[in-house]
Amino acid sequence: MRFDHYGKGIAKGMALTLKHALTRSNITVRYPEEKLHNSRRIRGPELVWDPERCTVCATCAKACPQGNITIVSSIGPDNKYVPERFEIDHGRCMFDGLCVEACPFEALHMGREYERGTYRRGSLVENKEQLEASDVRHPSAYFRPEFEAEIPEQTLLVNRQIRGTKTRRRGWLSP
Amino acid sequence: MMDWLHWAIFTGIILVFVLVMVMVLIMIERRGIARFQLRPGPNRVGPFGALQPVADAIKVLTKEDIIPSAGDKWVHWMAPVIVFVPAFMIFAVVPFQKGAILADLNIGILYIIAISSVGVVGVFMAGWGSNNKYSLIGAMRAVAQMVSYEIPLVLSIVGVVLAAGALSMTTIVENQSIPYILLQPLGFLIFFLGSSAELNRTPFDLLEAESEIVAGYHTEYSGMKFALFYLGEYAHALAVAAVTTVLFLGGWKLPWGIISDFPVAFIWFMAKMVAVFLLFLWVRATIPRLRVDQVMAFAWKGLFPLALANMFIIAVEVLIWPNTPWPLILVNFAAAGVLIVIWSRFFHTGGGRVEV
Repeated sequence: MRFDHYGKGIAKGMALTLKHALTRSNITVRYPEEKLHNSRRIRGPELVWDPERCTVCATCAKACPQGNITIVSSIGPDNKYVPERFEIDHGRCMFDGLCVEACPFEALHMGREYERGTYRRGSLVENKEQLEASDVRHPSAYFRPEFEAEIPEQTLLVNRQIRGTKTRRRGWLSP
Repeated sequence: MMDWLHWAIFTGIILVFVLVMVMVLIMIERRGIARFQLRPGPNRVGPFGALQPVADAIKVLTKEDIIPSAGDKWVHWMAPVIVFVPAFMIFAVVPFQKGAILADLNIGILYIIAISSVGVVGVFMAGWGSNNKYSLIGAMRAVAQMVSYEIPLVLSIVGVVLAAGALSMTTIVENQSIPYILLQPLGFLIFFLGSSAELNRTPFDLLEAESEIVAGYHTEYSGMKFALFYLGEYAHALAVAAVTTVLFLGGWKLPWGIISDFPVAFIWFMAKMVAVFLLFLWVRATIPRLRVDQVMAFAWKGLFPLALANMFIIAVEVLIWPNTPWPLILVNFAAAGVLIVIWSRFFHTGGGRVEV
């Protein structure tokens, strides 16, 4: 005669939840103050353009299924093409990365940022200066794995949990 | 003349106390459940997010008050009041400390049993007046559940009344030389489960089961009326925590019979109340919602016979040993364990797989 169903399961479950509540640190992030690094190969919602490498061949513009990329070129002083206009409409972009994959000179990359909200639809159309890499605009390693070395490793909540269990105890009273 | 002044002042004090404590409980609940789910919880408004309930209250009070066009307007309007008022009325007989009681009725606990079941009428009115199938189903479930769980609840209270030999809340506390949670562990368990069903807290919250019936009886409520439902729910939780403290945890009395004056005894009472509420919270964080048939089966086939047995045991003990020697604690714990284990052989929670 076996004795079960007398509340053993409930007692076990209650003990487990209490143990977790008392010992584990939070697995969530207080977003605007704390930010996680996302994947190094992310197709972030922006494109980064490198004017040094670009030869204005317009392969990217041809690869784009949406026709989002506007390129107007002119002949420069040393008989080379220079971009007069290079504009990408991020509002219509679907971030499939075909332009990045098409670029023969590695001049166009996907970006890593994700806080890209604007108040005007028009400001999603970005010109040459805005597309260049800057402090807030970093190329991701999408289709360019060789960039991975200089990009911080992705923060996984699994790793945070393992680290947090021993050292950090945020929870009951943390603001 | 002075009598009326006394009543008015103390009612005002209790009203303010209940409102403030409801906000505190909401904060404890939200931060506590967040801790169980390993997240910070509301932490933006005020220090440690302590003003979040205030912000929520302001938000909800400025929202539009929608009444269903085909609903019964009077019933819809009256329902939140009828839910809140009984929960508030329980505090009239809660002794926060020796003498700190609005009305020391000699039938205090009977009054509480009578009053606290009035709230279900409000719940049913809300379900009926909303003219919404989800509201009505939720209200039906509420009525069925409350009527069922009232019986084991009252039977477990009878155990306390037998042992204390009084119905008055003050006398129950004064006659509790050993807290009844030790003397009647099974009674406490039944009371706790019954009252958490009465409060519609999580293992038994199927009258507002989000996955089945949007929000149950308050689906069609918004603005101030919804706030009143919310207030009523937490006021009832506070009241039940207070009643549990009085009946089973020794009320305001400190251990070893040190009865002290205003601040200490009152704080001790409050601490016990919050502890009982944290127990509710812990259960909520652990146990998932039951099915309708399981809830009813648990009341009628599980708790009801156990409550009868518990009452019988307490009656016999009171008859044989009127002044409760302490070895009874061990006897009663053993009896509770044996009863639960034996009863688990006869009783299975409905069909399907439920492992308890």
